[in-house]
Order: sequence, then structure tokens, then C-alpha cells
Amino acid sequence: MEHEIAISVSGVTKTYSEGSSATTALNGVDLAVRRGELTMMMGPSGSGKTTLLSIMGCILRPTSGTVQVSGRDVTTLNERQMPAIRLRHMGFIFQGFNLFPTLTAGENVELSLQLKGTSGADGNKEARRLMELVGLGEKYDQYPRNLSGGQQQRVAVARAVAGSPEVILADEPTAALDSHSGRSVLELLQSLAHGQQRAVVVVTHDNRILDFADRMVRMEDGMITQS
Amino acid sequence: MPPLARRNLFHDKIRLMVTLNGIVFAVVLIVVQLGLFFGFTTSTKGVLDHSQADLWITARNTPYVDVAVSFNERKYYQVLATPGVAAAQKYIVRWSQWKGQDGHTESVEVVGVDPDKAMGLPWNIVEGDVSQLKQPHAVMVDEIYKQKLGVHKVGEWFEVRDYRVKVVGFTRGIRAFTTAPYVFTTFKNAQDLCMFDVDKTNFVLVKAAPGADLKKLQAELQRRLPDNDIYTTREFAQKTSNYWMFTTGAGISVLMGAALGLVVGLVVVTQTIYATTLDHIREFGTLKAMGAPNSFVYRVIITQAAIAAVMGYSLALVVTFFVTHGGSSAGAPIMVTWRLLVAMFFVTVGMCITAGLVSIKKVMGLDPAMVFRG
Repeated sequence: MEHEIAISVSGVTKTYSEGSSATTALNGVDLAVRRGELTMMMGPSGSGKTTLLSIMGCILRPTSGTVQVSGRDVTTLNERQMPAIRLRHMGFIFQGFNLFPTLTAGENVELSLQLKGTSGADGNKEARRLMELVGLGEKYDQYPRNLSGGQQQRVAVARAVAGSPEVILADEPTAALDSHSGRSVLELLQSLAHGQQRAVVVVTHDNRILDFADRMVRMEDGMITQS
Repeated sequence: MPPLARRNLFHDKIRLMVTLNGIVFAVVLIVVQLGLFFGFTTSTKGVLDHSQADLWITARNTPYVDVAVSFNERKYYQVLATPGVAAAQKYIVRWSQWKGQDGHTESVEVVGVDPDKAMGLPWNIVEGDVSQLKQPHAVMVDEIYKQKLGVHKVGEWFEVRDYRVKVVGFTRGIRAFTTAPYVFTTFKNAQDLCMFDVDKTNFVLVKAAPGADLKKLQAELQRRLPDNDIYTTREFAQKTSNYWMFTTGAGISVLMGAALGLVVGLVVVTQTIYATTLDHIREFGTLKAMGAPNSFVYRVIITQAAIAAVMGYSLALVVTFFVTHGGSSAGAPIMVTWRLLVAMFFVTVGMCITAGLVSIKKVMGLDPAMVFRG
């Protein structure tokens, strides 16, 4: 079955300039990620994985090339429009979890919902549902510092899926987790891709989780070497 | 809705204490400095502000109330004969020398009044009665100068320039700008205590008749008394205040202290609020990466600053109370009025929000891609 394309990048180049020298992080990358698929991006450090993830997530702008999100060219959007695209279409999961330490686990999810326009009783109800979805319903009122790394990353997953974005972008989501927790998080991401037809992109170095991938993208020196 | 701003502030109690300490320090510093400025300014012209007179007649070119040349009391009768004058009275303010029972001397400012009239009388009398000034040799002093003058209670005798005087009452809060306390007595006594000729006064206080045009009356008196100056009370109070505050340099130093307090306070608050925001910089970066609009981030930072301002201000009020109370007991004229406190509330909120805006600039410059950098 052919899945709908959620994000496509075409001929994307990213160059960082510093004084008279320039470093090319991405060099003419073409990639389409589809809903219903868990795509894993692998490659050595400095190969351009995170840069590509940032460009797909509308956090970075490409130096050249085009990026389309749900069929819309976002390359030409201004600085005010880009955050709105992220908010509406993307959910992010970070290596260091990046939960708000001053909010409880449930409130972290509520905050994401609030940003997306669901607040009050509706936000609370939806946040509880999402916490149940990631198996942490009973941890709703716990602060992140009282949760294990695996539990924190599950909360981050609940936060990322709040508001039902089509795309989940995860940067090294298992790097700070033990093997069991890492697999448990990947199972969750896989279920989001397969069960909820989301496009899930995971940047990883972790060979232990490769069997969760529907598709592997290998990068080297700013280029895709296997897709 | 998750109360991110409030939680950011209250989550780390030590950081909260540091933040509030900074604000309290700044607010107390500013209030005390401004209170000193207002206190000094007010004390320079206390006898004018409380005189109940509409006009003051002085010798030509009298620079301020504490140094006035005497003039013949015939002028007093000319004033009384002027249409539009409801009442007039002779009035003396002059330096003299107080001698305590143990022989120590102090400079004082003798104020000669007419106890039967309504103008120029001592105010805030806490012991005794103004009519008791009519007793022979009677004087009244302020209770804050009891120790300085060696006075313990009503009925004690002292000397002022070799004349015996008897304390018949005390006032409260009548401070002199200089180190010389006011000593209220009758006009006649004051003439003796200040070595005035019997036909001399150094001021005539005027009460205008109801409905009289004060400016016209002032002009008419000036026409009739060309060798004198005629001031409204407000004008003379301002002239006196300006002299002490700006000509002597005393006021400038207090004013500079107040201005410095404001600057130091602003810097302390800015650094404090800035540091509080930087403590959460990674979270703001995450918010930006998630796609939070700038307005949301602004709101969190401004709310944080505003809550800190209100809490810091409230604590500062308590500290200010003790500082001003202690300062006043020690003789420092710190005048904290409700107007100053209301203004200071807005200054505090303004300072904190300004500091928040400075840190917003830092947050807005954040690269949201920082969240992918471990």
C-alpha cells in the first residue's frame, strides 16, 4: 500500500558559514517520509542527520532546495509562519527529553495541548487520555524528576502526539535509555506510525532498535547513501 | 492551563529567595533614598507649610526662612490697614543658643508666635497646650530633640541666650533641616531670646479676607511696602526649599543618592530577573522548537516578572517599615508617604517588566535548533 507523503525534501543543501570558511552539512538531499511509516535515519556523527531532521521540522531553513509539509511548500514561509507550521504539523521528541521540570508529567502534555488550542477541562481530559496511551496514567501528577528516563521519554511521546500532528520527529530518543526502556519507547513510536497513520522519523545511532524501522535512511557526508 | 510562569518562579525556592532579595533590596534602597529626599525637603519648609498664612512679608532679598533680616513693626500696621487683609501677625524665626542644665549648649531656631492667633503656631502638640505658651518664659520643643536639648519633662528650666525658659509642652515630628531644633515661644519672648529690638520683627504673616484675590493683594502689599518682599506661602516655601536643597549642595547629595538608588535598584532587579529567565532558557528553547508563538513566551516571562514584582514589593514594604522606623528614631527624616508607596509599586512592576523585556530579547534570539544539541 502506498502511504501519503507527509514531508518531502528536494535538492536540499545546508551550508554553515563562519567568516570566510563554509561547511556543507547537507548536499542535495532528496527524501520523502510517509504517514504510516517509521523511518530511521542513521549515519556517523556529522553526517547531517540532525540538520536534515531540523529542516524537515521547519526549525532550520535550507540554504537551497525545497521542503514540503503535507503538500505545502514551507521554504518560502517567513519567521512568523514557521512556528505555526511546527505547532500544527509536528511533534518533537528530544534526546534529553526536554520536559518542563516545573510542571508535572500531565501538565507537560497539557501545555502542548494549550499551545495547540485545547485548554481547560478539555485539555486536562485529553492529556489524561494521552498519558494513559503511553501507559503512565497513574504518573500524571508526578514531576519529571520523580520519573525514570524511560518514563520521561514516554511523557515526551505523549506531549509530541498531543494535538494529533501528522509527523513525529525524534532525535536520538533512546540514547539516554537502557535497552528495555529504549525498546518500549520504540514500540510506542511504531504503534503511532502503524496504528495512527503518523509519519515517524527517528534519528539514531542505536543498532538495538533497527528492527523497528519500516524504512532505513543512511547518511554520510551530508548525503543520503541508502534509502 | 499549566501555570508555567508561577511554577518557574516557585519551583526553586533558593532561586526565588535570591530573586526576591534582589527586588526587596532595590525597592527598600529607592524608597529610603526618596524618603530621605522628601523628608529633607519637607523639613526645610515645615514652619511655612504649617503656617496657615496666605502671604509672608519679609525684608528685601531674604533668601530663606531661616535667615531673615529684621524690619520695623510699623510695616505690620500698614499691612493691617490694607484692604483684603483679614488678619496679620508678627513672626520671628531666628537662630539662638540653648543651654542645657548640665551647661552644654546647642544651636536652636527660636520661633516667635502669637498664641492667640491662628497663624504660625506649633502643630502636632502631644503634651501641653498652645495657650500655655502665654505663661512667662514658656517654650515648646519637639520630643525628638529631648535628648539633644537635655529635656526630660514639662516644667524643666533651661537658658536661651542668658534668658531662662521653661518647657511647657512637646510637639511631635517638627524637624528642622539643620541640626538646630525649633523652639516655639511667644513673639515677645522671641524678641528677647534673639536680641531683637522691641519694635522689630522679621516676618509678618498675612491671612487674606475670604474671597480676596491673593495675587492682587500680594501686588497691593508690594506697592505699599516697596522695601519688603511679599511671597505667597507656597512661593516662600519653594524658595526656602530650593535654597537648602540646591544651593547648599545638601539636597543635591540626597537627590543624587535617590537617583543612584533608582539606578542601582534597576540594575539589581534587571540582573535578578534576567538570571531567573536564563535559568529556564532551555525550556524556552523547547517551547520555541515546539512552535509556541512569541506572544506565549512573552506572556510567561512577563507574568514571571510581574509576580516577582508584587511579591518583592510586598516584602519590601515590611522591611521599609522597620528601616524608616529605625531611621526616624535615629533622627533621619525618612518621609514615606502613601503616594510614594503607590508610585513605588508601579516603579517596581515597571522595573521587573523592563528587566523581563531585556531577557525576552535573549530568549527571542534563541536558535530553536539548540534543543537538538544534547
